[in-house]
Amino acid sequence: MTSIATFRGATREFRFPQGLGVVLLLLALVAFGGWRYEGFLGSYNVLSVLRYSSMFALVSLGMCFVIMTGGIDLSVGSVAALGSVVSAMLSPYGLLPGLAGGLLVGAAAGAINGLIITRLKILPFIATLAVMLAASGTALLLAGNQSVSVSYETAFMTLGQGDLLAPLRPEWIDAEDANWFAGPLGLLFGFPTPAWIALAAYVLGAIVMRWRAFGRHVLAVGGGEEAALLMGLPVGRTVFIVYLISGSLAGLAGVILAAQFGAGQPVEGAGWELFAIASVVVGGTLLTGGKGSIVATLAGSLLLGLIYTILNFENGMGWISLSAYWQSVVRGAFLLVVVIVQASFMKNTKS
Amino acid sequence: MDTASQVPLLSMQGIDKSFGGVPALTGASLEVAPAEVMALIGQNGAGKSTMIKILNGAVASDGGAITFAGAPWTANSPQAAQRGGISTIFQEINLIAFRSVTENIYLGREIKSRFGFLDWRAMHEGARGLLARFDVFVDVREPLMNFSTAIRQMVAIARAVSFEARLVIMDEPTSSLDEAEVQILFQTIRQLKAQGVAVVFVSHKLDELYAVCDRVTIMRDGRTVAVANMADMGKLQLVAAMLGRDLAEIRKAGSTAFGEGGQAIGGELLATSGLAVGRRVQSADIAVRSGEIVGLAGLLGSGRSETARAVFGAEPHRAGEVRFAGRKADFASPREAIAAGLGFCTEDRKIDGIVPEMSVRENMTLALLPALARSGIVDEARQAEIVKRFITEIGIKCSSPEQKIRELSGGNQQKVLLARWLCMDPKLLILDEPTRGIDVGAKAEIQRLIRSFAERGLGVLMISSELEEIVEGADRVFVLREGRTVEEFDKDQISESALMNAMAHGGDADATSPKGAAFV
Repeated sequence: MTSIATFRGATREFRFPQGLGVVLLLLALVAFGGWRYEGFLGSYNVLSVLRYSSMFALVSLGMCFVIMTGGIDLSVGSVAALGSVVSAMLSPYGLLPGLAGGLLVGAAAGAINGLIITRLKILPFIATLAVMLAASGTALLLAGNQSVSVSYETAFMTLGQGDLLAPLRPEWIDAEDANWFAGPLGLLFGFPTPAWIALAAYVLGAIVMRWRAFGRHVLAVGGGEEAALLMGLPVGRTVFIVYLISGSLAGLAGVILAAQFGAGQPVEGAGWELFAIASVVVGGTLLTGGKGSIVATLAGSLLLGLIYTILNFENGMGWISLSAYWQSVVRGAFLLVVVIVQASFMKNTKS
Repeated sequence: MDTASQVPLLSMQGIDKSFGGVPALTGASLEVAPAEVMALIGQNGAGKSTMIKILNGAVASDGGAITFAGAPWTANSPQAAQRGGISTIFQEINLIAFRSVTENIYLGREIKSRFGFLDWRAMHEGARGLLARFDVFVDVREPLMNFSTAIRQMVAIARAVSFEARLVIMDEPTSSLDEAEVQILFQTIRQLKAQGVAVVFVSHKLDELYAVCDRVTIMRDGRTVAVANMADMGKLQLVAAMLGRDLAEIRKAGSTAFGEGGQAIGGELLATSGLAVGRRVQSADIAVRSGEIVGLAGLLGSGRSETARAVFGAEPHRAGEVRFAGRKADFASPREAIAAGLGFCTEDRKIDGIVPEMSVRENMTLALLPALARSGIVDEARQAEIVKRFITEIGIKCSSPEQKIRELSGGNQQKVLLARWLCMDPKLLILDEPTRGIDVGAKAEIQRLIRSFAERGLGVLMISSELEEIVEGADRVFVLREGRTVEEFDKDQISESALMNAMAHGGDADATSPKGAAFV
């Protein structure tokens, strides 16, 4: 062999990092809100948005894992409702039993999803639809068709309403300080417990995706199940685990729901699955699987929550008055625009 | 190098396998020496794929003995085969396009540091090193989809080699490569050989075999019919062995039911010039007159189906021209082609043709529906009348027009498909393997039908891998070889030997010595 050819593939050029777009859009919306509305960037508003968004963020994280394998989990909303009921019922026994109860019932629902999908080879859409109905019914049965009060005797409520670092706050920092610039430390010490939980989950999720074999297997299964099988990857186990994760995170979101509103809510959670899917898609994760970003999913979920807040502020300014129905329409339209812009981006970078 | 005298690396002897009672392999054998490139060839259904699947553990054999590297071979899955030293590179490359080059090489046995975290740096370096062995230098962090098919294939090979493979099976690796990429692959194969790795190379392109293979194993009807040194085997001999024809004894025996045609052939209906489609077809020139049955012959992968699909508007062509009924007719979609009077009976009726859960009536009139409907409402009386007429005329055996088509035999399903197009009163009908998988009786009936419709002025373009069918059925034959029309035969020139000769090395400058032999 005398002639040795050298091949050059595509050279590494600048490419729009996946998910950067949605992060930029999120920052732009924050800047817009801060410029337009008084109190928008005040710690009170920021913290309550974060507190409320954390449940959705958790559900979206689980959904992101599922969608990256090319699946879907429609059961997250009603599993969260079931989790909230179970944790509310266990709340008199303390914070930990309440937390564990919600988590475990979510994990159980996720495991059922995973088993139906991997063992019985039922399509995820159908399997999780069935579990969605079953979980919803179970929640209503347990709760007797009404909300279940949370015990105020135990520390359970702090999971939703507390601020993790508040006990450490020095006297001179005012947690209620409405001025962002005056109180970044106030923000830290006032950072809601549920937001810490969500943040921790996302950091863990991002590490798993990047640095653990499991994370790469998730993307490999979504990118080509047949190929993943032939490569000898544990496809069934990977798929099972993502549904287990999704169910557990939905259960956790249910715990926070109960703790935040002081009651287990058997009829809450309707439509959460769609919110979660929307967050994941806005974050640029492909619905067909194989490609996705944890960070962008967080940004997507915050983005969708933020639009809601902005519409509320807009209403508050008195210029226009949008009913909740119109708000849904606006959010839907926004989602569509983001997805279309993303799709055209993908096309451009590909060619 | 006299590879045959060494102790074989792989030995498969007396392999039997049947699927649902239909034998796919009967006593087939394959032997590969260390560091040898063995060609494995045969027509469709000869048993090559089954052989490969048995070897890589995807299916179990019914009988026979396999030894690999001196020990009995017992792999029961592709993964187990891989661990045991046999890797397969499939035709449709089984890698994950979204993931990086590194991941595609290391997925499933990632390099981990302490606490099980991925050691990306080590994996990137490993991937670079593996690819460098084949003189491939690319950014291994890039997703695989950013690279050409040739590079992807090289990644697949690097993955195979990184499993310490001693035998790499390549199933039609060149089918989606262009000429330059094929050369790259050949170089890789030679490097594998130099590193002591044996290769089983499956391809339908004969020139390629001469370029890289040491020996050839030829299969037909589930049996191994010949093993020879590549250099001792002429192309014509290869083709004859594959088709099971004794060159000296090729006769025109009247065993098909086309009968004598050739009368009342009318004016030119279809003509293509310089048609180029996708990667396979470079320059196809074919023509059909009304009332004429034109055969399109060629080996598998010569571009017959692609040419037909392009004529029908089912695939875009990148160069050349199609003329239909005297006018330029570059149909953009089958819909346009159908409107102009074309029909296309596809090769695989299970996939492209029938809708199994629908009735005979619905299947037959699927393409006719737009013509039957007035402002969206189907004229059911006319539909019923047409269906009834064709069921009798063509002789479709069914309990009623409402019987589900999946309950019919293959031959009758094919007749329904023929009727689907005939009831539209087309000017030209394209038939891709019209009698494949049909029993002998039904085959004859269908051949008679085709002839009778041609006599009424229908132009027919017939693709068939059965030489007899072409020799006896066609009034004129065009032979494609590697995407080019290499020969045209009129009725009285058509013979099996002439066709085989053209299929094997039509268009070669020097038809006596195989092109590419100089590379060996």
